[in-house]
Amino acid sequence: MSAIEDRLRELLLRGLAGEASAYHTFLKELSAHLRAFLRRRLTRLPDEVEDLLQETLLAIHNQRHTYDAGQPLTAWVHAIARYKLVDLLRRRAGRDALNDPLDDELAVFAHSDSEAADARRDLGKLLDRLPDGQRLPIVHMKLEGLSVVEVAKLTGMSESAVKVGVHRGLKALAAMIRDDA
Amino acid sequence: MKTDDLMSMLANGTPAVDPNAVQRRYVTALGWGAFGALLLMVFWLGVRRDLGEAILLPMFWVKLAFPAVLLAGALLAAQRLSRPGVRVGRVRVVLAAPVLAMWLLAAIVLLGAAPAARDELVFGISWNVCPIYIATLSVPAFIAALWAMRGLAPTRPALAGAAGGLLSGALGALVYALHCPEMAAPFLGIWYLLGMLIPAVCGGLLGPRLLRW
Repeated sequence: MSAIEDRLRELLLRGLAGEASAYHTFLKELSAHLRAFLRRRLTRLPDEVEDLLQETLLAIHNQRHTYDAGQPLTAWVHAIARYKLVDLLRRRAGRDALNDPLDDELAVFAHSDSEAADARRDLGKLLDRLPDGQRLPIVHMKLEGLSVVEVAKLTGMSESAVKVGVHRGLKALAAMIRDDA
Repeated sequence: MKTDDLMSMLANGTPAVDPNAVQRRYVTALGWGAFGALLLMVFWLGVRRDLGEAILLPMFWVKLAFPAVLLAGALLAAQRLSRPGVRVGRVRVVLAAPVLAMWLLAAIVLLGAAPAARDELVFGISWNVCPIYIATLSVPAFIAALWAMRGLAPTRPALAGAAGGLLSGALGALVYALHCPEMAAPFLGIWYLLGMLIPAVCGGLLGPRLLRW
């Protein structure tokens, strides 16, 4: 298991340094572990797994600046997944849906499950509800893969407004999921 | 949107992240908090007139060290509580030590004083305004600390809010000490501490509401 920890940690650190492909690999490999982790904890709410996984991935992305390189990645990921899991159960006011204790942080990477179910909530539709200043930078940069400069030219926004728009938009997306679900 | 598409979207065009983002946020918060508290203190309360003589007394420095150590401890605690999966750990000792030391000093001072003089050591001339003034001076730092935390990821929001509140309270007390003429350990151990605990309790109560992410 520590081999997984080392590998994922290295990928994340490269991703944090700006290497997008390493970051993408990190997210893909992590998501399989997270899916298995959440699936075993939501056996009574199987339909929620994929939605919660997406919410957790978005949270991991939005909070990636809080990862301390000296800290075990397992502990960081587990704390975020646990926070989102408890939040979901609290929203559903059904803590009894939880059939395992949440304190086994070593177990986050113990299993892997790359079989994605369909999410019930469509993040694409939530994205459409964002104001233009956030939606357009996300659509052009994050979905269509344009550069900051190109998006700035296309939308007439300044480059810093494009960057801020992406950042705020992804945070707003997380807030919409949280308040809405 | 499928999970695979979400991950591509998140990874696409992602800029490098500042490795000191957490510290930077707190430095900014402390800066604005200290600036606000100093401004309030200078124009509303005024610097104590005998500051030039007071700085020659060891007790003046003890009085500054008390909130300063608490400030350092609260800052450490707040930073740790802002990162998922990091334990508070031994920071508790840094928080308990100055309080216990001040109480010990207060006990020694009280035991060595004549019974008739003890009232003055405990209440001084300003016990009834001291906690309120400290809490008021801590308001700018309180807002700034919660702003800092809202951009981070506290998984224990009540505790994180309390740490942020204590951080602002300690900063408020540190600045207030430049105005306040009280120099007795019993006074500091009670009223200064109370003044710092007011924002800490407020932070603990507001945390779960304001620090969700």
